Amino acid sequence: MVLDRVKEMLADRLGLEADEITEESKFSDLGLDSLDMAEMLMDADAEFGVTLEADADTNTVGALVAKIEALQNA
Amino acid sequence: MQRRVVVTGIGAVTPIGSSVPEYFDGLRRGECGISAITRFDASDSKCKVVGEVKNFDPLKCFDKLTARKTDLYVQYAVTAAEEAVRDSGIIGTVDGDELGVYVGSGVGGINTICEEEGKLQKGGQKLVSPHFVPKMIINIAAGQIAIRFGAHGPAMCVATACATGTTAIGEAYRSIKDGYQTAFICGGTEAAVNALAISGFVNCMALSQSEDPNAASLPFDSRRGGFVLGEGAAMLVLEEYEHAKARGAKMYAEVCGYGATCDAHHVTAPDPEAKQTIRAIAQALDGVEFDPARTYVNAHGTGTKMNDLVETLAFKSYFGDDAKKLHISSTKSMTGHMLGAAGAAEALACVLALTEDIVPPTINLNSPDPELDLDYTPNEAVKTPIDTAVSTSLGFGGHNACIVLRKVER
Repeated sequence: MVLDRVKEMLADRLGLEADEITEESKFSDLGLDSLDMAEMLMDADAEFGVTLEADADTNTVGALVAKIEALQNA
Repeated sequence: MQRRVVVTGIGAVTPIGSSVPEYFDGLRRGECGISAITRFDASDSKCKVVGEVKNFDPLKCFDKLTARKTDLYVQYAVTAAEEAVRDSGIIGTVDGDELGVYVGSGVGGINTICEEEGKLQKGGQKLVSPHFVPKMIINIAAGQIAIRFGAHGPAMCVATACATGTTAIGEAYRSIKDGYQTAFICGGTEAAVNALAISGFVNCMALSQSEDPNAASLPFDSRRGGFVLGEGAAMLVLEEYEHAKARGAKMYAEVCGYGATCDAHHVTAPDPEAKQTIRAIAQALDGVEFDPARTYVNAHGTGTKMNDLVETLAFKSYFGDDAKKLHISSTKSMTGHMLGAAGAAEALACVLALTEDIVPPTINLNSPDPELDLDYTPNEAVKTPIDTAVSTSLGFGGHNACIVLRKVER
């Protein structure tokens, strides 16, 4: 569920189809810079009711989804 | 030997067309770009009509990710710059270190400021976009254009209010002439058709309150009661003549004069004696040989009571009896007042006059003001030989700028 929604949010930003984005997709390969990432995390906070902090390890879609799910289950 | 400066590329996004061919067609036909406000609910506004850019698609020039973090005023600027740069064919022929960008705006990213202020009021700091600052700052149009074209020369934002476009072109001309750079992308941009900006202009008594699109932007007409807000962008590629010649570039016109002065009189009102406007015109025409009967003057011509009086006084004072021979018009009658973009859009009207021997008209000039008795080219474009074109721009703050263009002698 979180994965599908994150893919939709990214697809909307990038003008892509959601199925063009996978868990393995790297944010930098998708063309997001540090400000785009900061904004993406803010939007994810509002969407999923969590408080995400930027960190270097969260560099793929899958890593972000795992982090959101961990925070939701904490 | 004196270095010469020529126009080798042009681009435009205006209320009468979102490309140069459309804009020029509108100028030739005397098209009215003024219409009812659509950008916000204007039912409570005293100002009802504006010159909006129609059918603008930012995705012609930007991918979706970039478009959403780019203010409309920058989207207009980059779209016009893209057209001008492509038209010039200069990329790949000039060292990036020798290419500068002087692009200004009167207001900057006011739509973004309003949007993010709304988020702050609604949900506090955590809702304000990380893109807010780099999206709205007034220098970012110049910065974005420099990034796009690899221009490593000076990139600066010129801000002289309604004179911005003319100042940007004039300063770029001087920099090339004096040997600092080989080429510039220069011009102005504006996207301030927004409830806050309109409210401010209405309350400082600058705007026409007419509801009739064909009787609102009325330069030199006795019914004039303020300007009509326009928007858009216009860009020029200016290039050192020998560089342009060596690469076989097409040359639209030569920039051959620039004057810049300040009234130092009042924040919004022009000096009633127009002393510094006259001096700016004199500086720009210093050493330029011209035949008044073959000269086009694109007046600032805002359609405020004072501007049109003071400007006419300036023309009469500087040109004397020859003022009556000049072909004058205000293209703001068609586009509305594009503020920071106005001077650049009007420089392009001068390019049209010089390349096609056409004087664009002052449309809807049906009730002449007896105090204003020069030839303002009412209603219909005039086909007549034009060798020299003068464009004047006057801005809040007392800024006066004037540039002179002429046919290119090879």
